[in-house]
Amino acid sequence: MSSQHWDVLIVGAGPAGMAAAAAASQGGHRVAVLDENPAAGGQIWRRGWNDDEHKPDAARQAQTGKFVASGATLFHGRRVVAALAQGVLETWNDAENVGERFAYDKLILATGARERFLPFPGWTLPGVFGAGGLQALVRNGYDVRGKRVAVAGTGPLLMAIAAHLQEDGAKVLSICEQAPLSQLVSFATALLKRPGKILQGLSLRSSLRGVAYRTGSWPVAAYGAGQLEKVEFTDGKRRWEVDCDLLACGFHLVPNIELPALLGCALEDGCVRVDALQRTSVEHVFCAGEPTGVAGVDAALLQGEAAGLMAIGLTAQAQKLSARVASERGFGAAMEKAFRLRTEVLQMAAKDTIVCRCEDVCYGDLKALADGQNTWTDAKLQKRCGMGPCQGRVCGPAVEALFGWKNASVRPPIFPLPISALSSEPQLRTDSNSAALQEIQ
Amino acid sequence: MPEKRKEVLVQVNGMPVTVPAGAMVSAALLQSNAPCRSSVTGQPRTALCGMGICFECRAVIDGVAHRRTCQIPCREGMVVETMQ
Ligand SMILES: Cc1cc2nc3c(=O)[nH]c(=O)nc-3n(C[C@H](O)[C@H](O)[C@H](O)COP(=O)(O)OP(=O)(O)OC[C@H]3O[C@@H](n4cnc5c(N)ncnc54)[C@H](O)[C@@H]3O)c2cc1C
Ligand code: FES
Repeated sequence: MSSQHWDVLIVGAGPAGMAAAAAASQGGHRVAVLDENPAAGGQIWRRGWNDDEHKPDAARQAQTGKFVASGATLFHGRRVVAALAQGVLETWNDAENVGERFAYDKLILATGARERFLPFPGWTLPGVFGAGGLQALVRNGYDVRGKRVAVAGTGPLLMAIAAHLQEDGAKVLSICEQAPLSQLVSFATALLKRPGKILQGLSLRSSLRGVAYRTGSWPVAAYGAGQLEKVEFTDGKRRWEVDCDLLACGFHLVPNIELPALLGCALEDGCVRVDALQRTSVEHVFCAGEPTGVAGVDAALLQGEAAGLMAIGLTAQAQKLSARVASERGFGAAMEKAFRLRTEVLQMAAKDTIVCRCEDVCYGDLKALADGQNTWTDAKLQKRCGMGPCQGRVCGPAVEALFGWKNASVRPPIFPLPISALSSEPQLRTDSNSAALQEIQ
Repeated sequence: MPEKRKEVLVQVNGMPVTVPAGAMVSAALLQSNAPCRSSVTGQPRTALCGMGICFECRAVIDGVAHRRTCQIPCREGMVVETMQ
């Protein structure tokens, strides 16, 4: 069977992976980058159908330029699903129904983060989206012109997302941030030390003129007959309703650690443990960006560059970045603290609120298990919580926040595959008609 | 404003839906207001995460069920059906 061999293989073409590729390509090293999306950019620089209508982003242009000039090869549309042999990753291309193998000497994991979702009554109604989720769907062509949007949840992203939605013609009604103002003030003070980040913040503010930013408030319930019609919010004292077409709601980010965990990389507090030079606990495997802790785009770029340099043995150059990496990670830690979840948002769900959307498992059933000292394994076996196609990527971080349950193990494939993929050798095209997902009847 | 954009025509549950070139199938579904699928207890669901992790946006594309529509670009003449 053919497989491709690379000096440095990178998973993830977000800011971290792009910076890693640019650094590692120096001196003629053969570098490949795998990403499941149709284009490089990751979450923050996800390619949109109408990018040419937006103001160009200088950082994005600079990084994309470096990435393209580096000569690294981007294999887009490939999702890494397993690592069955030492030094080899297995990918799956959903659109083409093709599996491939990529062998490497050095591996850099730059798998980024995803949104954390918390259940509340009505959050499964059509019209309720993730916050970054709605932004991604709009970049993917969803027309929100004239739609009334409520934004809620937590994290610095809410403002960025609200500003983007406004630019795309939506009418953002309000932003409800669960963190109390007192917590955010100390974070703002930390921001003052970073003029670059303040400037990003200021340009956001101008798109958000007239949009109320309510701290210390969170959703009570979303209502509608088959489609969202209104959302009720509270600040713990009073309740109010907002009539809207769409709700964009996300509770900050959680690192994508499934692939690092599958490869045996040690974790710490839900993140991949790395040393000051981005080395994981597994030899020849480095990790950069959000899987090591959510700290934003600047941290991802610096860590990516350091990991790229380390992968080709330029340790001294990587060491020069350590202090800046540490400072950006400090910023990330301050951000996590400022936007930590208040207990009220862990109590939004009612008994019959669905927590696991793949298997429709309700909060009441899980709470009974948690009260009985059961673990997530019990919830999986008895209620099928986390056993659907998303493999607990949505409900996992939620039940961890709600009940303290941690996902015990990661098994391949880390994304469900069509049955056809299981019976075929990688590199061979398979019959697209047999692409029913495993685990779904 | 740029000149008029290229558009792509697809079918959602037999109805024609026009989306801008480069749009994903999720956009066509959201445009047509059709829930992508029914959950295991029969609730209507639409896209949630927009980035391929939640599997809520699954639909039938050109006869193949359970495709994540937020990951697949629209192609002229594509036939999309929701999963009831
Ligand atoms: C939905 C969403 C929207 C966001 N929007 C913004 C924003 O507007 N502004 C902002 O400042 N920050 C935003 N962020 C935060 C953003 O994650 C960081 O600022 C920055 O992009 C992190 O860079 P990264 O390279 O570490 O990760 P990412 O940008 O997340 O890149 C990781 C890449 O790896 C790919 N990947 C992961 N696992 C696999 C696998 N198994 N196989 C193949 N490919 C894989 C992902 O698809 C992704 O393209 C957003 C985050 C999310 C989740
Ligand atoms: S919207 Fe979540 S997988 Fe498509």
